[in-house]
Amino acid sequence: MFGFSKAQAIGFLIMVAAVAIGPFVLYPIFLMQVMCFALFAMGANLLMGSIGLLSLGQAAYFGMGGYVCGYLVQSYGFTPEVGIIAGGLTGAALGAVFGWLAIRRQTIYFAMITLALAQIVYFFAVQDTDFTGGENGIQGIPRSALFGHLSLNNDLAMYALVAVIFLAGVLFVHRVVHSPFGQVVKAIRENEPRAISLGYKSEHYKWIIFIIAAALAGVAGATKAMVMGIETLTDVGAAASGLVVLMVLLGGIGTIYGPILGALVVVAMQYYLSSFGAWVTVIQGAIFMACVLVFRRGVIGELAYRLKTPL
Amino acid sequence: MVMILGKPAPLLFGQLLLGIINGSFYAMLSMGLAIIFGLLRIINFAHGAMFMIGAFVTWGLFNYLGLGFWWALILSPLIVGAAGFVLERTVIQRIYKLDILYGLLLTFGLAQIMGGVMENYFGSSGVSYDTPDLLSGVLNLGFMYMPVYRGFVVFAAAIICFATWFAIEKTKLGALLRAATENPALVQAFGVNVPRLIALTFAGGVGLAALAGVLAAPLYSVNPGMGDDLINTVFAVVVIGGMGSIGGAILTGFGLGIIEGFTDVFYPPGSAVVVFVVMAAVLLARPAGLFGKA
Repeated sequence: MFGFSKAQAIGFLIMVAAVAIGPFVLYPIFLMQVMCFALFAMGANLLMGSIGLLSLGQAAYFGMGGYVCGYLVQSYGFTPEVGIIAGGLTGAALGAVFGWLAIRRQTIYFAMITLALAQIVYFFAVQDTDFTGGENGIQGIPRSALFGHLSLNNDLAMYALVAVIFLAGVLFVHRVVHSPFGQVVKAIRENEPRAISLGYKSEHYKWIIFIIAAALAGVAGATKAMVMGIETLTDVGAAASGLVVLMVLLGGIGTIYGPILGALVVVAMQYYLSSFGAWVTVIQGAIFMACVLVFRRGVIGELAYRLKTPL
Repeated sequence: MVMILGKPAPLLFGQLLLGIINGSFYAMLSMGLAIIFGLLRIINFAHGAMFMIGAFVTWGLFNYLGLGFWWALILSPLIVGAAGFVLERTVIQRIYKLDILYGLLLTFGLAQIMGGVMENYFGSSGVSYDTPDLLSGVLNLGFMYMPVYRGFVVFAAAIICFATWFAIEKTKLGALLRAATENPALVQAFGVNVPRLIALTFAGGVGLAALAGVLAAPLYSVNPGMGDDLINTVFAVVVIGGMGSIGGAILTGFGLGIIEGFTDVFYPPGSAVVVFVVMAAVLLARPAGLFGKA
């Protein structure tokens, strides 16, 4: 089912078990953040791993998803599911416009374009104080009740919702990669001129992948806004775009579980090393360089290579 | 008061000057990026951080060694360039055989390390650097008042841009560099030490960023984030102009700075994003960039 290999299926079961036991062992808010960032990173990994495009502006979709969700829930009293869906749609819509522009160029130019376009969103978030709250962000977003009935004020109830979204995201991404569509995408990454000569419109595939990645970022950002109750410039800035690339790189580009592990490690570093201040940035930069120089497969990628099975 | 296009003339000229100054920095940085990209095939994401280090070295030379602005103008690019040379030989040269994106990722990490270290020592608000005595004061041009230092920055940037253009397009060393960009193996076969040429190119490119940093030190607060916003804009400049030619980088840099300055007069909220909007428009009309071939 979903095109899982045996090792991947075992991995999925282990992950489900970990997600179930998690909140009783670790701080639930921390785990919810990890799952949100994991969803975000899975989208970025679709771009980097499946079709080989590096985006340095994914935070635009993540942050804007969070802002739209927070605004709708806080100012208009919409229920969380509406906010999260709206966040995903916002990401997808923004991704459709930016992706349409960015896919005109390749590789490094693509990366620089995504970065520059994301800056527009950042400046918008800084300035439009009625909607985004500028420097203050949107504070005190109520968790309210799912479908208007199931209260999410309890951390475990919120955790259950985030876990469902996260696991559904894992299955969805895996399904996309292993669908006939995903096979064409892979063909384009391997040899684009050949895929084009076979009649595939490669830019359409790139565009769709870009939109899916942006939609996942939007859902992730919206969910995170619901969990934390705030949405600020941190989530929409260039630093967040860099973080998500680091998660994918560290975990393993093109693997299923890599971005999830990457998210766990990077969020854990921010949580548990926060007393070190800016040294965390230095450590992240060092990991970045180490991954590029000596550890390009990433943790899960290396494991998969040793076990000779995709993970 | 003289009005031009419904705006007071001094305001208009003042913004034009600011635009040209910003354009000077865009031109100097995108030129360095283009030179490095030409030979190394990597986008130096740490270019903004090198600019920032150049400014901090300027500050450090004065505060620790008592060496003023004019010394910094020579020493800071040399120090940062030497560091760049070592960096290329020890770290960056390891990734030439890899996918082009790894260069971007590697230098991204490098930029994070440099920014983080400086933030630890100087905090995010940074330090301030005084305008050199010789260049302080204000000049009355008749139609506007111009701080002498700002005029100097424009003047210096123009010389730096011309000198770099001349060195690359008109000298023997530049011809060698261009030849190595076209076909490194052939140039190596002629007995040129290409790896050293590559390291020197990287050193030159980051030295240029440091030189821009020296010029920026008296203008802006010297802080760890000073290169970040700038480099994002410079990337857009590079996308617009393409990295094919030095002249193109210079023209695009100054042109966009001026557009930014005027936007600030007529629609202030737009000035922060106008460069990115121009980039989007260029992508629609000429996806390869104004001076780009591919």
